[in-house]
Amino acid sequence: MKVTQLTVFLENRSGRLAEVADLLGREGINIRGFSTTEAAEYGIVRLIVAEPERARQILHDGGFTTHFSHVICVKVPDQPGGLAEVLDQLAEAGVSIDYLYSISFWNICFAVKDVDRAVELLKDRVTLLSDEEVRAL
Amino acid sequence: MNTRRSQGFERGAEGTPLREPREEHLSADAAGGLYWQPAAETLPTAQLGELQMERLQATLRNAYDNIPFYRKKLDDAGVAPEAVSCHGDVADLPFTTKIDLRDHYPFGMFARPRDQIVRVHASSGTTGNPTTVGYTRADIDTWGDLIARTLAAGGVKPGDLLQNAYGYGLFTGGLGLHFGAERLGCTVVPISGGNTERQLKIMRDFGATALACTPSYAMYLGDAARDRGLRPDDLPIRVGFHGAEPWTNELRLQIEAALGIEALDIYGLSEMGGPGVAFECLCKAGMHINEDHYMAEVIDPETLRPLPEGEVGELVFTTLSREAQPLIRYRTRDLCSITSEPCACGRTSARMSKPIGRSDDMLIIRGVNVFPSQIEEVLMSIPEIEPHYQIVVDRKGYLDIIEVWVEVGEDIFAETMGDLERFQRGVQAQIYNVLNIQVAVKLKEPKAIRRSEGKAVRVVDKRKAL
Repeated sequence: MKVTQLTVFLENRSGRLAEVADLLGREGINIRGFSTTEAAEYGIVRLIVAEPERARQILHDGGFTTHFSHVICVKVPDQPGGLAEVLDQLAEAGVSIDYLYSISFWNICFAVKDVDRAVELLKDRVTLLSDEEVRAL
Repeated sequence: MNTRRSQGFERGAEGTPLREPREEHLSADAAGGLYWQPAAETLPTAQLGELQMERLQATLRNAYDNIPFYRKKLDDAGVAPEAVSCHGDVADLPFTTKIDLRDHYPFGMFARPRDQIVRVHASSGTTGNPTTVGYTRADIDTWGDLIARTLAAGGVKPGDLLQNAYGYGLFTGGLGLHFGAERLGCTVVPISGGNTERQLKIMRDFGATALACTPSYAMYLGDAARDRGLRPDDLPIRVGFHGAEPWTNELRLQIEAALGIEALDIYGLSEMGGPGVAFECLCKAGMHINEDHYMAEVIDPETLRPLPEGEVGELVFTTLSREAQPLIRYRTRDLCSITSEPCACGRTSARMSKPIGRSDDMLIIRGVNVFPSQIEEVLMSIPEIEPHYQIVVDRKGYLDIIEVWVEVGEDIFAETMGDLERFQRGVQAQIYNVLNIQVAVKLKEPKAIRRSEGKAVRVVDKRKAL
């Protein structure tokens, strides 16, 4: 039960990540999960999408360098110790994890240099969560 | 000041006078500096011209008899060494280029058997093949004299302490300055380049009175000294010798102010044996060419015809005293002008202006010569790399930095940042191995590097003149 992951190479220029999301959105490809590496001169975006082959073609045509790989997706019990239970089994077997991200996202979390400004920009357009709301999720 | 013994008149292998008698004394020039070889440095121009022709013939004979490449070249040009009897005949002689040197790697351009070569230097070449420079014992001695002239012109005398921050090794700068300073009777500190903290400590603790390094590094040291609260008066250093890269008079003033020194320009190239080809006296009005050892011409790089005095063109040198590696009309690719107007210092030699550019695409990065084609060769030897790349040269503070932009195609792109970083470091290491220079490889998205019609723009040089 392997899952195909689409990886995209991105230079760290403002708007490039949005462009990836735009291209896929316009073509009706739903992003089920994603992660980005911390921004340096360049970075990697990892995507779990509905139609990986088509998504790859769309991004390729849009001038992006992409890569396919296989990852493992696990349903984690939504309770304290849920994640630990999965990780422990791998750790015991000596399997180390290269990277890990959550894909059941209706809520995303991201960092920018100027948090206040981003909040100002977004607050009337999307639903922002407060500290308390996140804790209560 | 009597510091030198007379050695009499030395003769070259064929009984031809290749070297001049050593001088008895250092003596003062008219600009506050010193002559190392007063007679040679103030030789009346008519006599200098005669000496040049005499030595030119010996050089041609040496090249013809001992280097098959030159025998063929001169035969093809229909020029017999003895037939060249006046300066006007020089224009009939064939040129020599860097490619000729590279084609005869490693020792094919040497006029002496290997066991008479006491030293070999080299400049970075394309993948695998650097350009080699060979010296006989006598060549090393001559080189030492020419550097001693250079240093003496800046007022350096026996007993001075020279901090030599040129790189030691295959590069001619480090050992060239070193031997010349020893010959002059200086104390030499062979500190080589880099490690600014240690440079400043030693400069202060040892009481260096003279400094040799690239102009950009001199400025860097000057700034570093200032940052550490050192005032020019805290450092006994009086004079600096700065070459291997182009610099302006504005930078000279800044270096002089920061370090409290006279900053002098020196000129040389490894093919001519290294530094010691030309040097500034304290008049700072162009670099005196050691015309008794190098015959200089300025040519139009397109038509290859000699240009009238004072016009800017490509500098061409013929060696006049080298035993191991005579070079005939070597095209330096440096653009400059030459004047034979008398100089107030009293030297009779012609002076060259600072090189104002190149007639090829060579870059000078922190004193190291780099051809974009060398970088291209490395990149093209890596199959994953797309044929689109760009070299961006810029400056951080006073130091040059070089970036190599490479597009990330699907052959390079892998799953993790670690893979990409390993790839970056691998390319950097390969370029370092060939060019001995640190570059920063920058990974770019496909098509991020501008395509152009016709000749691709491979090099973007953002540096302003220092």
